[in-house]
Amino acid sequence: MRIKESIHIARRSLMGNKMRSLLTMLGVIIGVAAIIAMISIGNGAKADISERIRSLGSNVLQIRPGSQMFGGRGFGAGSVMTLKYEDAEVLKEKAEYLAYVDPETSDRTQVKFGNKNDNIEIIGTTPSYQRVQNTKAAKGSFFTEEDLAFKAKVCIVGQTVVDNLFVNTDPIGQEIRIKNTDFRVLGVLEKKGSMGPFDQDNRILIPITTAQKRLFGTDYIRSISVEVKSKDEIGVATEEIETILRRQHKLLPGKESDFNIRDQSSFLETLEKTSQSFTYLLGGIAAVSLIVGGIGIMNIMLVSVTERTREIGTRKAVGAKRRDILMQFLVESLVLSLLGGIIGILLGVGGASLISKFAGWKTLVSVDAILLAFGFSASIGIFFGIYPARKAARLNPIEALRYE
Amino acid sequence: MIVMENVTKTYRMGEIDVNALKGVSILVNKGEFISIMGPSGSGKSTLMNIIGCLDIPTSGIYTLDDIAVAGLNDNQLADIRNRKIGFVFQTFNLLAREEAIYNVELPMIYNNVSEKERRETAMQMLEAVGLAQRAKHKPSEMSGGERQRVAIARSLVNKPSIILADEPTGNLDSRTGAEIMKIFQKLNEDGITIILVTHERDIAEYSRRVINLRDGLVEGEETL
Repeated sequence: MRIKESIHIARRSLMGNKMRSLLTMLGVIIGVAAIIAMISIGNGAKADISERIRSLGSNVLQIRPGSQMFGGRGFGAGSVMTLKYEDAEVLKEKAEYLAYVDPETSDRTQVKFGNKNDNIEIIGTTPSYQRVQNTKAAKGSFFTEEDLAFKAKVCIVGQTVVDNLFVNTDPIGQEIRIKNTDFRVLGVLEKKGSMGPFDQDNRILIPITTAQKRLFGTDYIRSISVEVKSKDEIGVATEEIETILRRQHKLLPGKESDFNIRDQSSFLETLEKTSQSFTYLLGGIAAVSLIVGGIGIMNIMLVSVTERTREIGTRKAVGAKRRDILMQFLVESLVLSLLGGIIGILLGVGGASLISKFAGWKTLVSVDAILLAFGFSASIGIFFGIYPARKAARLNPIEALRYE
Repeated sequence: MIVMENVTKTYRMGEIDVNALKGVSILVNKGEFISIMGPSGSGKSTLMNIIGCLDIPTSGIYTLDDIAVAGLNDNQLADIRNRKIGFVFQTFNLLAREEAIYNVELPMIYNNVSEKERRETAMQMLEAVGLAQRAKHKPSEMSGGERQRVAIARSLVNKPSIILADEPTGNLDSRTGAEIMKIFQKLNEDGITIILVTHERDIAEYSRRVINLRDGLVEGEETL
């Protein structure tokens, strides 16, 4: 008997029990859709993080206020004020292993141009910003060390600011009003895109000295980004910063540092690895649901074999061999699982694109994941189909014909 | 064509051995129409299963068309059933979900006949039993007599050496039963060998020779 006949028989049998076939497939559909969606989300997150690692300067360390113990980023950062502009000056002066030092401060405030206004993040920084953030002015120019020294009222604007405030106007040379002070626009910052919900182009850069003196009225700063001369020296550079700043802050030995130093790229690499293992974990859970789906198929196939005992007897009486009956039921379970797999793949791909559309997460549907899911559902069909199919093939024709 | 010598069959039911056949010898020639009769428990079902190659004898010789059946394995038995034997059952044993034409095609599917040829042959056979216009109907839409005629058409498609009919009228009223028996008579006149298993005397009278079975032994033979 040819495979075509087996497929034909399987199709008739499945079409004859549409609802049951659909419910049987549901386990596989959900399993495969979950695998595809999870891997897509995981790959998207990983690609996003890799992108961020690449966009960072490679040897950049970030110094933030707050002790290491409280996990600078969450609890300490921002709520503790310990870093000052002078700290950056001292580092620039004394640290041997640092190529660039870039103190930053930031706040959101109202910005006006003509009759338009918007709430925008203002970042006070230095020309080293270009270096440590791996960016530059796409149009016009960045402010200079001189602007910094004279606390000049100049700024660089992000693309979103240009789009929102300077409709049809060339921003360069224009005056915008930030907190009642007029700033001259020197340039437009290179487009960065958004990182999650944060639009990295909706910001204005001004000299940090100007920011402290004219806008925020505080000596404290948000962070200091430094670039180490060589990647190999990151360790010693970290120690050096620690020593210099502890002395600057007059901390006694044994007392906790009131700042923390982070290697941004290694932090992101860890994040990347975490997201990778998270992807595996989610994929694994999804695979378990696929196996449960397979057990569902086996269950229904066993019921089907019992139900069709007389049919099997009849087929055997008119000449079906064991192999023919085996094929018939194996193909049936394979069709169930592959059909479920295909529907699952479509749902998974659709689900991933819905997630990226509505939740804003980046997703990446890979061919590998699709092939994996397809292969997995095929193996599920064969693995869980073989037992019922063998049971059917081994039925004694005399008993099967008599079965009520 | 059928040679049986001293065939026995022993089943094991739990702890006890049941001797269903205790040494049966039968000779059936090509073109014959015989009946095997006997009360229930006489071993006629067992004998039929052995003749039909659904089962093999415990001892003795059974040759069908010069093939010794006793030593064959499952697959070889399936091939013989497919090519040399046409079954007609008391309960019809049609595939309920399939159309009449597919049911008739079934033995040819397991004989690797092409789809086109299958359709044509099946249609011819349905015509021969007078059911050409019912080809697309399912068994559930047919009367008992029609179902049995579909089963007869099915038994014929692989041009078997013998047709084995196990109580073919058992589920039919007497008038329909008579119609079915006339079909068998007609087939026999066309040269097909028919072996009928029944416990009804008036059904057996359609055949030419009756073999009486009792307690697993041939009790006697009569020619009609």
